[in-house]
Amino acid sequence: MSTLVSLLIDGVSYGMTLFLIAVGLTVTLGVMRVVNLTHSAFAMVGGYLALWLVRSAGFSFYLAVPMAALLTMLLGLAMERTLYRWVYRSDALGQLLMTIGITFVITALAKGIAGPSIQNIPLPVSLQGNWVWGGEVGAVSVSVYRVFLVAVSAALALALWLGLERTAFGARLRAAVDNPSMARCVGIDVPRVFSITFTLGCGLAAIGGALGTQMLPLEPYYGLKYLVLVLIVVAVGGLGSLRGSFQAALLLGLIDTLGRYYLPALGAFIIYLCVLGLLLVRPRGLVASTS
Amino acid sequence: MTSVVSPVSTAAPAAAAVPGPGSADRGVVAASFLLQRWRWADLALLVLLLCGYLFAERHLALATSVLVAIVFALSLDLAQGYGGIETLGHAAFFGVGAYAAALYATHVSPEPLSGLAVAGACAAVVGALTAFAVVRAHGLTQIMLTLAVATVLYELANVFKGITGGDDGLGGFDVAPLFGRFAFDLFGHTGYWYAAGVLLVVYALCKALVNTPFGLVVQGIRENPVRMRMLGVPVVPRLVTLYAVAAGVAGIAGGLAAQVNRVVGMDALSFTASANVLVMLALGGTGRLYGAFFGAIVFVLLSDRAAVINPTYWLAALGVLLILVVRFAPRGLSGGLKGLR
Repeated sequence: MSTLVSLLIDGVSYGMTLFLIAVGLTVTLGVMRVVNLTHSAFAMVGGYLALWLVRSAGFSFYLAVPMAALLTMLLGLAMERTLYRWVYRSDALGQLLMTIGITFVITALAKGIAGPSIQNIPLPVSLQGNWVWGGEVGAVSVSVYRVFLVAVSAALALALWLGLERTAFGARLRAAVDNPSMARCVGIDVPRVFSITFTLGCGLAAIGGALGTQMLPLEPYYGLKYLVLVLIVVAVGGLGSLRGSFQAALLLGLIDTLGRYYLPALGAFIIYLCVLGLLLVRPRGLVASTS
Repeated sequence: MTSVVSPVSTAAPAAAAVPGPGSADRGVVAASFLLQRWRWADLALLVLLLCGYLFAERHLALATSVLVAIVFALSLDLAQGYGGIETLGHAAFFGVGAYAAALYATHVSPEPLSGLAVAGACAAVVGALTAFAVVRAHGLTQIMLTLAVATVLYELANVFKGITGGDDGLGGFDVAPLFGRFAFDLFGHTGYWYAAGVLLVVYALCKALVNTPFGLVVQGIRENPVRMRMLGVPVVPRLVTLYAVAAGVAGIAGGLAAQVNRVVGMDALSFTASANVLVMLALGGTGRLYGAFFGAIVFVLLSDRAAVINPTYWLAALGVLLILVVRFAPRGLSGGLKGLR
């Protein structure tokens, strides 16, 4: 019982991290149909920036993560304004290749600057250790860090949902996702909406990357290594569907965590088999987008 | 949605290569039917193989890996350049072929040619099995399906460590002399000529294939699947056949790699291998077969040199090269050369 609870917490926190990293890509793919293979590299950039802020600049963990997210957003915005203009103009295969190229460059820079080793951001004391409930037998013990992760990502997901459903910008974004040309016709500046969303997506990915270093440790090949996971979340969830991505990420986190614990011999095999099966049954994802 | 997207996606690079917006469409069609004929360039390839041997006397292992990469890139060109199937998991078939050849050599017979046939056949079967799902999907789903297939196979190889050797790889198998006469020597002379011979046969078959009515039909499907269906072409069966053939060729490349190197590692199935071959073909240019030669030669030689000089910034240089090629020469280096003429 206690094992199951901590496994569930682990699975959910893992899934939430994946959601944070993947959500920006869902929108990028949904709105502009841009195959952006650089997206997971932004999570890595966020992680490295937070690491640098904590270790070298001496900021506290709680301050470093939002600052890293802001810096990553600036970088994302700058790139969206310049390099991605070329990406938008290419066909699907060209976009794929160009964004792989950008990922290669970022990977090489990360390797050159931060070194090839695998690194974690050291957790603050307040996030270390476990909370234990119950007596000696059958005590439920959960890691404080995991609970913090679930809380932060849940808050962010809620904010995202409110922003999408309750604000004018959210309405514009949903219109752009559902029907870009119609949205343009009614006077929505779709490219601008996209710019903002792209930037926000980079920020969320950076938070996910910075908070999740205990599960997805930082390394130069981060962007390529976890790209498959992120793409799976987006494809399984359905293009442009935030709800789908959320469900897919949670499912992925839970299946992976439980699978690795109960069937360790199979390792990551289960998850990819599930994905393959799901894509065969529902090629447009869990929540098929309306367009 | 795809019916709208695909003609646009193929016309866009053409517009960059052919001056004048009005001639763009006709240019693509004319080019794709003209390019397939045998011409003096094919003779040059033969000379290139000979020169490769003479000049690379001391780097035969590298030269051989270039040849293997060319075969692999040719197979991707069949699927992607001619059939318009977008894939991020082509290493699946390369890996299947490599493991099939290694296992065949270990357990059945060390004879190389039959081993190569087994490798190709195994990969073609896997290709045919997955093709039914892959060719029906489009865009991101198609990419994801190919990626998922490759990843499942990678994890399978990891799970069945007893058979595949897991991370240690599969080695220690012997390859019998070619035709019973030419032993595979330490310096790779036999290996080079073996790979060169396989490459010539594969290239000739690919060239013949794309000129058959079948080859023209799949190019038609690439340009406009809806119109081809209206003409009465069974689109899905044709694409399945093409995908299986491409998978078989990739399997032959994998088998070749296994036999020449005497070792197969998990990296044969990895995402990196899939991405690399995609990059090679993009550098060389798709839908013209000899683009595979350009791309593989440039990619393998550059990465070998760069690995000596500075492996870190090689990746950055490759990334920049990729961005620039897609931006300024969307039809690859071979397309870019053609544009200059």
